[in-house]
Amino acid sequence: MRPLALFTSLFLLSTLSILYSMASGSMPIGWHDLLSAIQGDGHGLASRVLIDLRWPRTAAAYVTGALLALAGGLMQVLLRNPLADPYVLGISGGAAVAALLMMLLGMGGIWLQGAAFTGALLSMLLVFGLSHGRGSWNISRLLLTGVVVAAGWGAAIGFLLALSPEQDLRGMLFWLMGDLSSSTLPVGGFIVLLAGLLMAVASGRSLNLLAHGELVAVSLGVSIKPLRQLIYVLASLLTAAAVTSAGTVGFVGLIVPHMLRLRGVRDHRILLPAAALLGGSLLVIADTLARTVLAPRQLPVGILTALIGVPVFLYLLYQGRERYGRDG
Amino acid sequence: MSRLEAEQLGIRIGEIKVCSHLDLRINAGENWAILGRNGVGKTTLLHTLAGLRRPASGTVKLDGRPLTSLSRRSIARRIGVLLQDHQDAFPASVMETVLIGRHPYLGPLQWEGASDYAAATGALRDVGLEGMESRSIATLSGGERRRLGIATLLAQDPQLLLLDEPTNHMDLHHQILILDLLAQRTRDAAKSMLLVLHELNLALRYCDHFLLLYGAGETLQGTAETVLTQPNLERLYDHPLQALQGPGGTVWLPR
Repeated sequence: MRPLALFTSLFLLSTLSILYSMASGSMPIGWHDLLSAIQGDGHGLASRVLIDLRWPRTAAAYVTGALLALAGGLMQVLLRNPLADPYVLGISGGAAVAALLMMLLGMGGIWLQGAAFTGALLSMLLVFGLSHGRGSWNISRLLLTGVVVAAGWGAAIGFLLALSPEQDLRGMLFWLMGDLSSSTLPVGGFIVLLAGLLMAVASGRSLNLLAHGELVAVSLGVSIKPLRQLIYVLASLLTAAAVTSAGTVGFVGLIVPHMLRLRGVRDHRILLPAAALLGGSLLVIADTLARTVLAPRQLPVGILTALIGVPVFLYLLYQGRERYGRDG
Repeated sequence: MSRLEAEQLGIRIGEIKVCSHLDLRINAGENWAILGRNGVGKTTLLHTLAGLRRPASGTVKLDGRPLTSLSRRSIARRIGVLLQDHQDAFPASVMETVLIGRHPYLGPLQWEGASDYAAATGALRDVGLEGMESRSIATLSGGERRRLGIATLLAQDPQLLLLDEPTNHMDLHHQILILDLLAQRTRDAAKSMLLVLHELNLALRYCDHFLLLYGAGETLQGTAETVLTQPNLERLYDHPLQALQGPGGTVWLPR
């Protein structure tokens, strides 16, 4: 697909998904209300609902989805592994343990978010330090260290869930599956996303080389160690920002980059920003469904990302099998 | 001044000694072949000469300056490397893969321009892959993927090529086509190349200098007349050989 057509359709999808999210909910809102709220001259109840409730949540969903898809694309090329996702190296585990501890202590809001972010960063530093070891920093050591640390966090999460009083369990499970119901306007996440996009596009050509192998990249002039460290820290920060605002939403980071690859988008300078736009749109749609399909009941958004993502991805895989398979 | 120069080079792989105190000078217009049995360290030597691996001792110099004092980018403009295997994690298109050869010439935020596409298209035509630009590399055969690797090096257009078993997976026609193409580059444009080859007769046909790795650090180098003698080759491959005089020169057959 040509870049211009690709980005035009992704911008269109983004706009439509955001409008759909803003217009959906227990209080029906027409186009007229939407328009007046956008123009800033609406003072009615509809405008208040839009500006104070739906807009922050929609924006948080979009930014979170974009962060996760970008982080997933970066992790996949860093680890040269199509199965990698933003959580594979244990960043979300560290965030989850810290967040659950806060819930156990009865803290919420900014405390919960701060703890999740701190836990994610601690986990990133832990994996980074341990994977350096005494020898050189190589990718299989990073992957193994990350996977083992993630398993350790998994045990800690299980332990906390077992200890927690029953009335807390629901909130904890929602956080673990991804939940946008208590999200605020994602200013920090948006800044991290913009900075991440700039750096990802700037290193895109080097990442294209890295996809062909470490030695190929080095022999064509890439300084591999600084590049890897930059991508690792960048992907970790993006993931940390995402889990801080929405818990551990699954699936977006894994499949969105592949959806684009299956459509023939392989240049990382195009793939990574396109993944951000697609990931954002997908999560906005999923979150809108999560709060409307069983209204007034709300579902964790992670269930919906998988429910939408699995069939769409399987369809694309079926369609694109000749492009993806080794022998067609 | 030699193009690539190794001084007192010592290389070890764990307990295995590949070479010690090796002096090697590759000049413009020379084609070298590294010969030796499996596991003596031909690939490791090639990687060390390319700056992809640090030697245990000694230095490698490119145009008179140690590789360690040069940036990766400036090395990549002068040395091109074909690795033994291609490890593509995600399928790129044929055109995208040739274009990576232009990486050392482009600024960090610069995109490939008309001249880069022209170099890539020319390289694809030279290796016989024209018309396949938009194919995914995952659909290529082993030999086609190998020719694509050569095309990437042609687009990179360095002075020195270090090629690890370049004819792997190629049919007979393409082995000759590719080696003719590379030899012509050496002849007409005063480039140089160093090949790791298992086909003794191909090495003899295309190379003028030979480096024999016997294992345990023992090496021998020189021209065909001086080093490619029957006793030397039989000891090198640990196999009896027979020389036949063909119209194009000597041909070695295993007995």
